[in-house]
Amino acid sequence: MTKYRINKTRFVDQTKTVSFTFDGKKYHGFEGDTLASALLSNGIHLIGRSFKYHRPRGIMSCGSEEPNAICQINDNTDLTEPNVRATEIELYEGLKASSQNCWPSLNFDIGGINNLISPFIPAGFYYKTFMWPKSFWKKIYEPLIRLSAGLGKSPTQPDPDIYDHKHEHCDVLVIGGGISGIISAKIAAKNNLKTILIEDKNILGGSTIYQNNKNFIIDNQKSNEWLMNEISELEKLDNLIIKTRTSLAAFHSYNYLLAKENISDHLPLDKKNGSIRQRLWKIRADKVIVAAGAIERPLIFNNNDRPGIILANSVKKYLDFYGVSTGLNNIIFTNNDSAYETAVSLFEKGISVKIVDIRKKSSSNIVKNAEDLGIKIYWNSTVVNTFGYKKIKSIEIMNLSEDGSNVTGNKHKIQCDCLSISGGWTPMVHMHTQSGGKLDFREIDQVFVPTEKSENHINVGSCNGDFELEEIVKNTNNKVKKFLNINEGGFDKISVLCSKESEKKNIWLLPNTISESKTKSFIDFQNDSTAKDIKLALREGFKSIEHVKRYTTTGMATDQGKLSNMHALGIIADTAGVKMGTLGTTTFRPPFTPLTFGAIVGRSVGKFFDIVRKTSIHEWHVQNNAKFENVGQWKRPWYYPINNENLHEAVQRESKAARDSAGILDASTLGKIDIQGSDASEFLNRVYTNAWSKLGIGKCRYGLMLNEDGMVYDDGVTTRLGENHYLMTTTTGGAANVLSKLEDYLQTEWPELDVYLTSVTDHYSTASICGPNSKKILKKLFPNKDFSDEAFPHMSYQNAIIDKIECRIMRISFTGELSYEINVESKYGKSLWENCIAAGEEYKITPYGTETMHLLRAEKGFIIVGQDTDGTMTPIDLQMDWIVSKKKYDFIGKRSLYRSDTIREDRKQLVGLLTDDPNEILEEGAQIVFELDKKPVDMIGHVTSSYFSPNLNKSIALAVVKGGKKMKGQKLFVPMENKNINVTVSDFIFLDKDNKRINA
Amino acid sequence: MFVINCPYCGERDQSEFSCGGEAHIVRPKQPTELSDDEWAEYLFMRKNIKGVQFERWNHAHGCRKWFNMVRDTSNDKIHAVYKMGEKPPVI
Ligand SMILES: [Zn+2]
Repeated sequence: MTKYRINKTRFVDQTKTVSFTFDGKKYHGFEGDTLASALLSNGIHLIGRSFKYHRPRGIMSCGSEEPNAICQINDNTDLTEPNVRATEIELYEGLKASSQNCWPSLNFDIGGINNLISPFIPAGFYYKTFMWPKSFWKKIYEPLIRLSAGLGKSPTQPDPDIYDHKHEHCDVLVIGGGISGIISAKIAAKNNLKTILIEDKNILGGSTIYQNNKNFIIDNQKSNEWLMNEISELEKLDNLIIKTRTSLAAFHSYNYLLAKENISDHLPLDKKNGSIRQRLWKIRADKVIVAAGAIERPLIFNNNDRPGIILANSVKKYLDFYGVSTGLNNIIFTNNDSAYETAVSLFEKGISVKIVDIRKKSSSNIVKNAEDLGIKIYWNSTVVNTFGYKKIKSIEIMNLSEDGSNVTGNKHKIQCDCLSISGGWTPMVHMHTQSGGKLDFREIDQVFVPTEKSENHINVGSCNGDFELEEIVKNTNNKVKKFLNINEGGFDKISVLCSKESEKKNIWLLPNTISESKTKSFIDFQNDSTAKDIKLALREGFKSIEHVKRYTTTGMATDQGKLSNMHALGIIADTAGVKMGTLGTTTFRPPFTPLTFGAIVGRSVGKFFDIVRKTSIHEWHVQNNAKFENVGQWKRPWYYPINNENLHEAVQRESKAARDSAGILDASTLGKIDIQGSDASEFLNRVYTNAWSKLGIGKCRYGLMLNEDGMVYDDGVTTRLGENHYLMTTTTGGAANVLSKLEDYLQTEWPELDVYLTSVTDHYSTASICGPNSKKILKKLFPNKDFSDEAFPHMSYQNAIIDKIECRIMRISFTGELSYEINVESKYGKSLWENCIAAGEEYKITPYGTETMHLLRAEKGFIIVGQDTDGTMTPIDLQMDWIVSKKKYDFIGKRSLYRSDTIREDRKQLVGLLTDDPNEILEEGAQIVFELDKKPVDMIGHVTSSYFSPNLNKSIALAVVKGGKKMKGQKLFVPMENKNINVTVSDFIFLDKDNKRINA
Repeated sequence: MFVINCPYCGERDQSEFSCGGEAHIVRPKQPTELSDDEWAEYLFMRKNIKGVQFERWNHAHGCRKWFNMVRDTSNDKIHAVYKMGEKPPVI
């Protein structure tokens, strides 16, 4: 056994040695240790450096509140993890830990210079110091800050671990497996309620499980032994799920809670492989019982941050739970009785201990116990200074004045190697407030306690402000019975004996002989903010606790101020001379302890990150070398390069082929909505800007849909399949939203209409064949069909059969070419496509992707909603007045088209742009200006679509320009980073204005 | 995340629903008769109450029905759900 492993306990198996490394050096601990207890057993206190001053820091606690002992775990590039609290990680064989934030090394640290220049690093120093000169930022300030700041290193490779999500429902969820949680869970489970008990440690029992003190007796047994029996009974209950290593992350409204279970973090490396690392539980509970416990407070005095200064109850846990002494010559510094339990434990193990207490006396049993043992107690005293750079060596104490605001008498120096501090207890009200609960301030012991109002959750035990064993047991029993509406709790006749505290005293900032400006009394240990910083912030005019917090960064480190928030509040209240309860608290936000990103995303990584939609023709595109583009969730062929063509080369070839002979496009992704019902025509009249009543059966019509504000929302061709039957197409990206919008109007504004909507987007696959030879190809595919203009005119549809498969053929065009769209049930999509390719072979039919489609329609001046429009364009702005019915009394958005704003003549309007140099291609999104000399330059518009047209052999662009309708022929400029491009406003239809091609 | 009692399906998680803003704003029957100000009142003005608010909700990942809901926006307590066209309850 090492020098500091002085006690055998049932919680650490000293027959099973576990080896690990810290900063490259090999050490041994035992199964059951945490990294912190193993380090302490080896006499190691110094773990890291503080964030701002780079002061040496050691282990301060034994739980999630730990501000100092944060480590980097593992050294490989994919599994390394920063900011792991040494107090929370269970030791496993092969664990590699290292200190962080202490370049170049833990023992020699250049950042320690900050400690010497600290008078120049006051609160808000980041805001003040590095403000000027501006030129210093890039070369001096930033590299300096980056080098010496930061908490650990992120992995550089993807996380190979598996994370999981699971949903769970229960009648009662109990948060916390300490004594009050165990009592609650037992009452609930014994009364036939499906109960879940979660506990973040690896075993149940909280701090009672190692409370081996004769002053705490339940039913004639020591409280730890009584609890041990309760736990073994609990484990036999059927309708109780106990989840250890599971911490509550968030408590949302309607009792929806998130909890993270560590499944393999504690296992040795060879046993972790393939196992799920962590699981995020999403729990919906009918009732929630919070038994989250309390956290011990530090005391705020000069140099209260040295390694070896540890919270008193943590010292007790290291001793009684892990068998490790944090020092051999202890001093306890306290303002309350609970630290005396630590003193008695230390004394009983033969370790030297003295007590410094700010109170004048205490008459409780536990204090009497300590006095009877002959432990030296310095009453009415405070620590005014500590000594020892990398480990505490001694302290100086003084007497307190009558009112506690000052110190009197002489300084008295005492040697020690560990200082256990206790400033009382803070109930863990985080869960309560996260769920929307409010807090009351209890003056007598200066704590915020939950205000019980909710019918759906209660707080029991020390998180409810019950600190004495008797009240914990009895109040928990009574509260839970009432909450769950149960008559018999099972703990009704229990007898509890415990030490009771009658003298209470609290001083948030302990007095000193030297002025505050020369002291370092740390409040937030991880962010290095001191009492003096808080006072400076108040002097500088900050009043709100939320502002002081941000200005001083108190409570903003990875521990979220679990140890510091109360002291910050207390010092603000004292300084401002207000009552603490009136200040409120800062907001407690989830997660309670940091969550890994892995746990948050669960299995939704890699190909499961988002849904991928593929058309039935997708495989053909892959085999034919398509490059894909994401359109919403769809994968659409972008272009089909041949022989290492780049995008531009491929698109030029595809575009030329489509106009010169034949092209084929997979148009399956367009949204399709089947519309039926006796009022279908009237419905279309109301949702589109143009008129639909007179559209003949078998005919197609282009429609533009607006928002109620008059702005273009979507467009597409709708076909009348029958008297009361239409097939509407929408843009690929807009399909779901259009359906929702139409359903909304039908259900809420026009419930009298007899109309039924069905999304059929995935039901049909569409091959769109265009070009002068398209008719010949269609004839080959459908030899019995008459494709003459008389029999099958533009903007009409017919049914046909191919290979016994029914299809719908629409003669519609988005390219300006003669064009046919063939629709079949999706399962036949690929065979249809292959038939088309085979039939088109003699005409060199060319598959083209979205990029070519965009180019072809731009040549023809067809807009793309979402590219040439951005939610601020009316049809009038788009020069599409022709599609807005003057006769219709109403349609969605009609009234907005003559609001004072929409009739302005200087709105941005769609125009064509031609570059003076026909080979110059504008950048989409580029700004357009009228005058170059004017400063600041007025931006009058921007480029929305821009291509080099192989068919016109020049650059073309669409743009929106203020007052653009009246600007034809106007010279404008497109200023770029290195040059100004001269452009001329033109018609936005660049090709075939009289529709000869479509009707060819 | 709250639990919403869809009037057609029963209790479901909030993630199945989408909120459609303030309820009981009726689209004017004769928009063309309205002044710019009156139309703007319908189009843009919403109360956004802190407290009890009447809202439209859609069971988007369920039955896709729209319905109304009375919710206290300060604590997310749901006071009532009722179908479109039904009279709003007095809260
Ligand atoms: Zn529903």
